[in-house]
Amino acid sequence: MTIALPAQQMAERRSFKIDFTWPVLIGFIALLCVLIILPMGWLVYYSLVDQDGAFTFANFRQLVDDPVFLEPMMTTVIIAVCSSIACCVVAAPMGWLVARTDMPMTKLIRALVTASFVTPPFLGAVAWEILAAPNSGLLNKLYRVVTGAPMDEYLLDIYTLPGLIFVISCYTFPYVFVLIANALDRIPSDLEDASAILGGGAWTTARRVTIPLALPALLAGALIAFLQAMILFGSPAILALPAGFHTMTTKIWSLFQYPPKPELAAAASLPLLIITVILLRGQAMILGRKGYTVVGGKGAEPRLIKLGWWLVPAMTFVTIVLMLPVFLPYFALFNAAFSPIATTLVTPWNATMHNVWFTFFELSSTKTALKNTFMLGAMSATLGTLLALVISYLTARQAVRGHRILAFLATAPIAIPGIVLGVGLFLSYTRPPLVLYGTIWILLIAYITIELPAAYQQLQSAFKSVHPELEEASRMLGATRLRALRDITAPLLKTSVLATWCFIFVSTIRELSAAVMLFTSETKVVSVLIFDLKESGDLGAISVLGLSMLILTFAVVIGVSRIPGFGGGTRLRNT
Amino acid sequence: MARFSRRDVLKGSSALALTTVYATPIRAQAPAADSITPALIEAAKKEGKIVYYTAIDLAVAERIAKAFETKFPGITVRVERTGAERVFQRIGQEYSSRIHAVDVVNSSDAAHFIVWKRQGILAAHVPEDVAKHYAAEHKDADGMHANFRAGMSVIGYNTKLVTAAEAPKSFADLLDPKWAGKMVKAHPGYSGNVMTATFQITRDLGWEYLEKLAKQRIMQVQSSTDPPKKLALGERAVMVDGNEYNALQLKEKGDPIEIVYPTEGTPMAVGPNAVFKAAPNPNAARLFNNWCFTQECQQLIIDIGALRSLHPQAKEKVGRRLLKDIKVMKDDAVGVERTAAEIKARYAKIFGV
Repeated sequence: MTIALPAQQMAERRSFKIDFTWPVLIGFIALLCVLIILPMGWLVYYSLVDQDGAFTFANFRQLVDDPVFLEPMMTTVIIAVCSSIACCVVAAPMGWLVARTDMPMTKLIRALVTASFVTPPFLGAVAWEILAAPNSGLLNKLYRVVTGAPMDEYLLDIYTLPGLIFVISCYTFPYVFVLIANALDRIPSDLEDASAILGGGAWTTARRVTIPLALPALLAGALIAFLQAMILFGSPAILALPAGFHTMTTKIWSLFQYPPKPELAAAASLPLLIITVILLRGQAMILGRKGYTVVGGKGAEPRLIKLGWWLVPAMTFVTIVLMLPVFLPYFALFNAAFSPIATTLVTPWNATMHNVWFTFFELSSTKTALKNTFMLGAMSATLGTLLALVISYLTARQAVRGHRILAFLATAPIAIPGIVLGVGLFLSYTRPPLVLYGTIWILLIAYITIELPAAYQQLQSAFKSVHPELEEASRMLGATRLRALRDITAPLLKTSVLATWCFIFVSTIRELSAAVMLFTSETKVVSVLIFDLKESGDLGAISVLGLSMLILTFAVVIGVSRIPGFGGGTRLRNT
Repeated sequence: MARFSRRDVLKGSSALALTTVYATPIRAQAPAADSITPALIEAAKKEGKIVYYTAIDLAVAERIAKAFETKFPGITVRVERTGAERVFQRIGQEYSSRIHAVDVVNSSDAAHFIVWKRQGILAAHVPEDVAKHYAAEHKDADGMHANFRAGMSVIGYNTKLVTAAEAPKSFADLLDPKWAGKMVKAHPGYSGNVMTATFQITRDLGWEYLEKLAKQRIMQVQSSTDPPKKLALGERAVMVDGNEYNALQLKEKGDPIEIVYPTEGTPMAVGPNAVFKAAPNPNAARLFNNWCFTQECQQLIIDIGALRSLHPQAKEKVGRRLLKDIKVMKDDAVGVERTAAEIKARYAKIFGV
């Protein structure tokens, strides 16, 4: 290996020390290729063959000809556009209120938004069924009690397209909120001061300075929301199927039901992949041209706008927004967990422990699923963080010549929706030489691949914030790159590393779309178990399992962020 | 007496037994009956566990498992429950990747056993009670499977939302516009019971019936265990199909549910058990399958599961309508096996999902 090193690098090296840089780089590129290119390769191959393996375009022809596919595609686009708009309309003013005004309790508000991020969307969808199913929904019952409306009249129907868009938006808006709030946090007050000095009032300043500066974040948020809504599987499976319509993800999944049609599923997956790639390219172009960089510098604390009597409507707005993804659903799950019938209000007189008992002492998959989930969560978080750490170091420091390839490969999975990756991995690993289907390794691969881009971007920006001079000093004193990384940079990055770990852990636990393609009875995870229970209508068990999963997740996240030496106050950051 | 009546009513399922005979004219003698011996129990305990893929309602399946675990301490049962069509897909998917995880299967779609037998992946296993007591039409001539249970897909309504007088009496009644938007229905792509029912309904009433029904803005759920639960919640007033046993359980628990056996006939499905040749725990599998057909277990599925047993010595619970008094549609597993793919595709076209 060392022989192949360029002369320049040879000269840099101290004698008797092996620099692992090149082997590491090659190893990582190879690993990323296996992670990403292998499943996508099989996906493309399958989309172009018929059942006997002969080359054909018939799969794609069926995709555009058959209304069975065209309708879900249209539905998916409508859902994605509407959710994206809804998320921005809600998250932008809320992010602004939290970051730029003197609104109280902003820490709590941010924590609650994090709570809605930790809530798996499919669990939220089940909770909203309990709340807003047209006849049995708690909110509709309340409406009938208050207005005296007859039995078959209702206020809300969650089993509709708007209902689905609403629920998807509830669990997508945290992405947009965090992006916007973080961007607004970073906008220095100098520019706003300048506007104030030139006679602009608070509102003019907001309108002419702050908002334009936050636009790139809003754009990025809109895009993330669009992609999230497009690739979500759980919520549509829970809410769209009862209403009698499919989205692309549920359609792809249904193609794996008996008799399975992997060729069609592969072909149907590719449009999702292509749309994602196009949108991400579009975003890069827009942001690249405008060159909106929010200058960091040593500016003072952002100037906070005084809300005055606007505080009341502002607080009302924020409370309502937080009711929808957090308070109401958690209440519904709690109710269903202890009530004899999910949609009957629980009281001290009718409260029952039956569901808790059933879930933990009768349901034989509970233990396996919990064990698998938390083991996979911890493994994916640890390995994913390590992988992202090394890759972001290599690219942030431009340590080796191939760093651009690495950066590209590490970001590429962002364009692969979970269900598409699930299909690809299924096609790759159900055949020799690597039959990983049926083991937890296939799930581990899926989770790491899905979470890599976000982890990479977080750590890459963290690396950029640490000046390389410290590493250079270490290198001058004879340390190899890996040694410098371990002794100098890693300790400085603890908080970011921790945040990344938590982010991957939480995202793994709430992942359903890839897991639903890849699980077997031995490798079931909680999300899949909940989905199973949903299909047989066991709402009580779902609620107990969902709440326990949330409590355990919060416990792990809080426990990890309290590890001595890591300095608490970790906040989940999304990209 | 009960035995004759059951036979009378269930003669439809003899079609299954008969055709299996024709399908494999040169067949081996059915293997000798296997009984629960101390040696078998000892060997099963060494394996320590059994993996049971089943389509029975989760709570009932877990109760069966618990009863077995109590009876044979040291052997744990892992229940893997999903709809019969999913069980079939799962086993197919796992076997094609050479994953042999399942020991014993129970399904509500007898057609699957025709396929598995043809593929040669089932082990011949005749539990003692099956050999001694079960009628010929309820066991495979080669001893590959036997009917663990029988179930029906019934119409039902919520008694708080619908009075007995206005309740539907037949499938035809469900087309009345007054039920539009008020009905819930399970899916044949998930549930074996509904798959069988869809076959029987389209055979007896024609596909036009389902086409008209689809215009009633049906709430489409997956499992046939779910519609009775949706009635209990009060989410919908009427169910088009759903398990009789779940409805009975809820009704007897005091939930506002009433069952209707449609005048055209009630769709009927038997649910066989089988042991797999490549079972990872072969002795525990045999012990479990053996125990499933004992009078004890069969009485259990009647008493706590409200299922229909085909064991002549098991006693129906007082207050439930006897099987012989119910007009059922003719069961035809061979027909289901032949048309399953077409039924799923056509159903998805009509109902949109």
